[in-house]
Order: sequence, then structure tokens, then C-alpha cells
Amino acid sequence: MTRQALAILSMIMIPVALYCAFIYAPTEATMGQIQRIFYFHVPQAILSYTSAIILGLASLMYLIKGDLKWDRLAYCSAELGVLFTVTTLITGMIWAHPVWNTWWEFDARLTLELMLGLLFVGYHMLRAYLPERESRARLSTVFGFLALLDVPINYLSTYLWEQHHPRLYGPGGGGADPAINIALLVSTITFGILYAYLLTQRMAVAKIEEEVEYLEQVVQA
Amino acid sequence: MQSALALESQDIQKKFGHFTALGGVSIQIPRGEFVTLFGRNGAGKTTFLKIAATLMRPTHGSLQIEGIDIRREPEQARRHIGFLSHNTFIYRDLSAIENLRFFCRLYGVDASRDRLMDLLERVGLRRRANDAVRSFSRGLQQRVGIARVLLHSPSLILLDEPYTGLDAQAVAMLNTMLDEIVAGGRTVILTTHDLEQGLRAATRAMVMDRGKVVMSSDARDPAIREAYSRLILMGGTR
Amino acid sequence: MKPVFAIVHKDIAIEFRNKESISSMFWFGLLVLVIFSFSFDSTEAEGIKPGILWVAFSFAGILGLNRSLSMESDNDCLQGLLLAPLDRGDLYLGKVAGNFAFTIVAEMIILPVFAVLQHLNFDLKLLWIIGITLLGTLGFVSVGTTLSMISAHTRMKEVILPILQIPMTLPVIISAVTATSMVLSTEPGAMAGISFPLSLLGVFSIVYLTASYLVFEHVVAE
Repeated sequence: MTRQALAILSMIMIPVALYCAFIYAPTEATMGQIQRIFYFHVPQAILSYTSAIILGLASLMYLIKGDLKWDRLAYCSAELGVLFTVTTLITGMIWAHPVWNTWWEFDARLTLELMLGLLFVGYHMLRAYLPERESRARLSTVFGFLALLDVPINYLSTYLWEQHHPRLYGPGGGGADPAINIALLVSTITFGILYAYLLTQRMAVAKIEEEVEYLEQVVQA
Repeated sequence: MQSALALESQDIQKKFGHFTALGGVSIQIPRGEFVTLFGRNGAGKTTFLKIAATLMRPTHGSLQIEGIDIRREPEQARRHIGFLSHNTFIYRDLSAIENLRFFCRLYGVDASRDRLMDLLERVGLRRRANDAVRSFSRGLQQRVGIARVLLHSPSLILLDEPYTGLDAQAVAMLNTMLDEIVAGGRTVILTTHDLEQGLRAATRAMVMDRGKVVMSSDARDPAIREAYSRLILMGGTR
Repeated sequence: MKPVFAIVHKDIAIEFRNKESISSMFWFGLLVLVIFSFSFDSTEAEGIKPGILWVAFSFAGILGLNRSLSMESDNDCLQGLLLAPLDRGDLYLGKVAGNFAFTIVAEMIILPVFAVLQHLNFDLKLLWIIGITLLGTLGFVSVGTTLSMISAHTRMKEVILPILQIPMTLPVIISAVTATSMVLSTEPGAMAGISFPLSLLGVFSIVYLTASYLVFEHVVAE
């Protein structure tokens, strides 16, 4: 029931967000139309971190409680983590090419995003090499938890790199036109709802996948 | 708390995914017994022994060694347990005496040269104390393994198919050691495929099949032999 | 604490006997250095010298972690350790200490070779680099010991370890390289901000030593 509600809400919000991003928001002074990617890129980046946080905390919960549903939550959010990390990097690169004249710079934020992507992929590769359900959960949750600890440390360490990435909010940034802020807010909320829908849907599918795997093993025995 | 039972388990279960290795094992083994556990491959003997040795965690159930709950106080329980499988758990690059010295330090027991040489004497390896274990035959390596098991004077000795790969001399030595251990008042649980070796010194015999103990009686009970041929030699009740 | 020392002592004794870990780490690190030294002209290599050093250290370090693990899988010796009345966290500390010792020894042999190949002066700066190496290696092995134990349970042990280790130790590499380049820089005042990367290395080590100590029982349990 919640999944249906989230799906409907997404379908309503997506056109609204698209309208805000492409029509409602003013064209940015220096960068032009390409700047509009910002309304996709920022929420995707936020969700990639959210995935990492869910992965880490769900992993910790599994280690404490031993209930496989926490492991399921961990790997579902890690899957979405891969998706949103890749889209963040791609939208970032699409923006970077016309503006910086390069596809990539080793800036703090980019490195962090890349590292996050590598951690998510490493997590899934580890799981792929662990055929037995309990040891898969046990070992990948340890890794997931350790990966979460790495995120803030890496965030700090990447401050050692040069700061190329544009800063709109926070220290050094100049803030933005209220219309831009509203468009960003709408876009972020939309992506958030979409994320919630994808996660709950993936969890439901994961549960069925596990039951199928269980039955397959019983039949083969 | 002094317990008359060396080992007691309540409904020990172990699942690996869908596969149930142990479907609920509840046994009581009094002190001083020599119990042999028979069963086909996959019956759950090794799994149960590993859980008793705290090497594996059960999915369900509880187990006490000398009255100590292995879940609540695993380190305390381990002081009372000696475990030997066909892998000897000794370091091949070190000498016999170095291996024993290491394990003595690990268990926090006296690691003096005299004591170590005594231990090696007991397993007939005094003259080879300083040789690297790598140069030993399987039978000799097993003897170092036995010394490792005994060095912290555990009251419960668990042996998982210890006769595997041993020649006649090594088998005789192992049997002598087992007799000494039992004479010293310790409890032994042994798993083996070999009916005769298993029943030789046993006071009690149990048969496991598909994760459960299906028979438990005095070692001299002829029903054990009958159950052995039915379940193990002829492939069980399918 | 005594069992922890016993484990370290045992690992050192075995290494003395077969010398496999340190020699393979050293040779591999050396080969990486040589490849990089040939690939980059010495003039354009100025900026990347610290990077070259830490790439060599990282790969040698991973080799060492794998070796340390295979020491315990031979004859199933890890089970022997798990049978002992030893807290799993203490087992972790023992292995970390051993890994740290071997990796540092290999690195201290690689370092002078690096200095020679990269035309560095043997002055006080090298002491700073040794200090950075110690801190960086501590962080590297603190998480590496845990990850190598995790990898040991998989089918592709040696392949999975670098896949897990390299992303996770990125903060160590970044901080160590930055600090090293600050030390090697000829610009005045280049060392001003060195406390930041050094404290990051310290934080990394503390966080991962603590976290691994607490979760290690889950890694070795069955």
C-alpha cells in the first residue's frame, strides 16, 4: 500500500520537478542552460550519501540483532547507492565538460563520490563471492559498517585536494536566487520520494528472490 | 559450580542456509565417560563437535561444558576443552617445542622447558623437539597435535576422526594416549568411521543420522553394531 | 595482553624461519618503484614522487596482508587460535601488530631505494617521511587485517582483498601522499599545514583499530 502511494506520488512530483528545473527556474547568469543539470546532480549526490548511511546503519543493526531483514535493507540500499553514485558522476561530467573544459578533476567532492562508488561495487563483489546466506550477511555487513566509517574520514581527507567543485552553499558560496532554491528543493523532494519507492520495491523483490533461492537449494538437495 | 556433567546440550540446531546440519541435539555426558559418536558423512558429527568446541555458533539451542554456558562465557569454557581434528592446527615452520611453547602462552599455562619436554616425552617426541614440524610424517604431526590438546590439562577432549591417515604405529600410540587420558579421569568424545577402533575403549556409543542422535547406549550393547550396519554401511533408512 | 604478545612473537618467529613475507613485499615494492621510475622522466616526476612511493607501499602492503593470512590457513591454524581462551579482539590486535611489523621492515628497505632512484638527499626530511610512513602503515594494516580476514572466507581471496582495501584506504593514501609532498617540497612554508594530514592518519588508525577490535568476532565466527 505504501509502495503504491509512493509510486503515485512520484508520478505526480516528477513532472512538477521537471517543470521547476526547466521552466520555472531562471537561466543561470554565467553557465547558461547547462547549469540546469544541477537540479538533478545535487539530489543524486545527496541520495548516494543517504545510501551509504543506510548501508552502514543497517549493517550495524544486522550485526547486533542477527535478523536477515537488516542485511536485505543493506544490500538494497547499496544497489541504489551504485545507481545514484554513477548518475551523480555522469551528470557531474556532463556539466563539467563545457564549463571546465575537462571531464574530470581530482577535486574533493569528485574523489569522494568516486570512492563511494568503488566501495559500493566492492561490497557487491564481496557478496557475489559468498554463496552461503549467513556468511554473506555476516561478512558483507562488517564491510558495510566499516565503509560507512570511511565516508566522513574521506570527506575530511579530500579537503587536502584543491577545491575545484563549485560551492553554492556554505563557506565560499554566494547563495542563490530564491527561485533556484525552490526548484532545487522540489527536485530534491521528488528524488527522495522516488528513492523511497525504489528502495521499498527493491526490498519486496529481494525478499521473493531469497525465498526462491531457498527453494532452489531445497529442490537441488 | 561443580557439575557432574562434562557436557550437556539442549536442542542444539545448526542451519547453513536451507540445509539443516543439526536438527536438535540434546545429550548429557557425565564426567569420565568415553563416548564414541558414529554416523555417515553429513550426519552432523563434526558440526556438533565444532559447536561444542566453540568453533561454530549454533543457530539455536544451548550447551554447557562443565556447567559453563558456552554462549555466555566462551573463554571460560575453552579452558576446559581440547579439540583435535585431522588437521593438527600446528605451525609447520616452527619446531615441535616452539609450537607447544606458543600454545602454552596462549592458554596462560606454564611454558617452562621442563614442562614442554615432559609433554613431548609423553607423545614420544623428546628427541625431535627442535626439528621443524614440516619434516614430520603425518603420524608424528598428529602426536604434536595431541600434545597441543593436552597441554592445558582440559577436562573434556573432543576428537574429530583422529585416526584418519594414521599408520598402525601412530594408531597404537593414539590409543595408548587415550587410555591414559581416560585413566586420568577426563571425558572423551570421539567421532570415527571405524567401528572397531571406536568401540575399543568406549564406555558409551551414540549414532547420529541426518542431524539427530538416533541411538545412545552402552558401548557393549550389540544394538550399536546393528544400527551401525543399518545406517552407515547400508546407507540409512531411505 | 600476554596472548597478544605470544601471537606476535609466533608470527615473527615464523617469518625469521622462512623470510617469505618481508622478502616478497620488498621485491614487489621495489619492482613497482622501478617501473614508475622508468615510466616517468625524473624532471616531470617531481610532483608525483610521493605518489610513486605510496603506490609501492600499498601494493607491497596488500601482498603482506595476503601472506599473513595464508600463514594461518595452512593446517587450519586459525582454528587452533580460535580454540584458545582468547578474546577475538585480542586476536585481531596480535595480527595487526605482526602485519605492522613486517610491512614497516619492508618499507624501511624500500625507502632508501626510493631515495636513490628519485635523486633525493639523505637528510632530515627522511625522518619526517619515516614518521609519515609509520602512521600511514598503521592505518593501512588496521583496516587491512580485518579485510584480509573477510576475504579469506571467499573463493577468490587474493583478488577480493585489493578490491576492498584500495577504496577503503584512500584517505590514508591521500593524507600520506599530501604530507610526503609537503615534506619534499622546496617551497618555504610548505610544511605549515602538515598537522592536518598527520592528524587524519591518526584519526583513521584510531577509528579502524577500535571498530575492527569490536567487530572481529563476527569476521572469524562461523
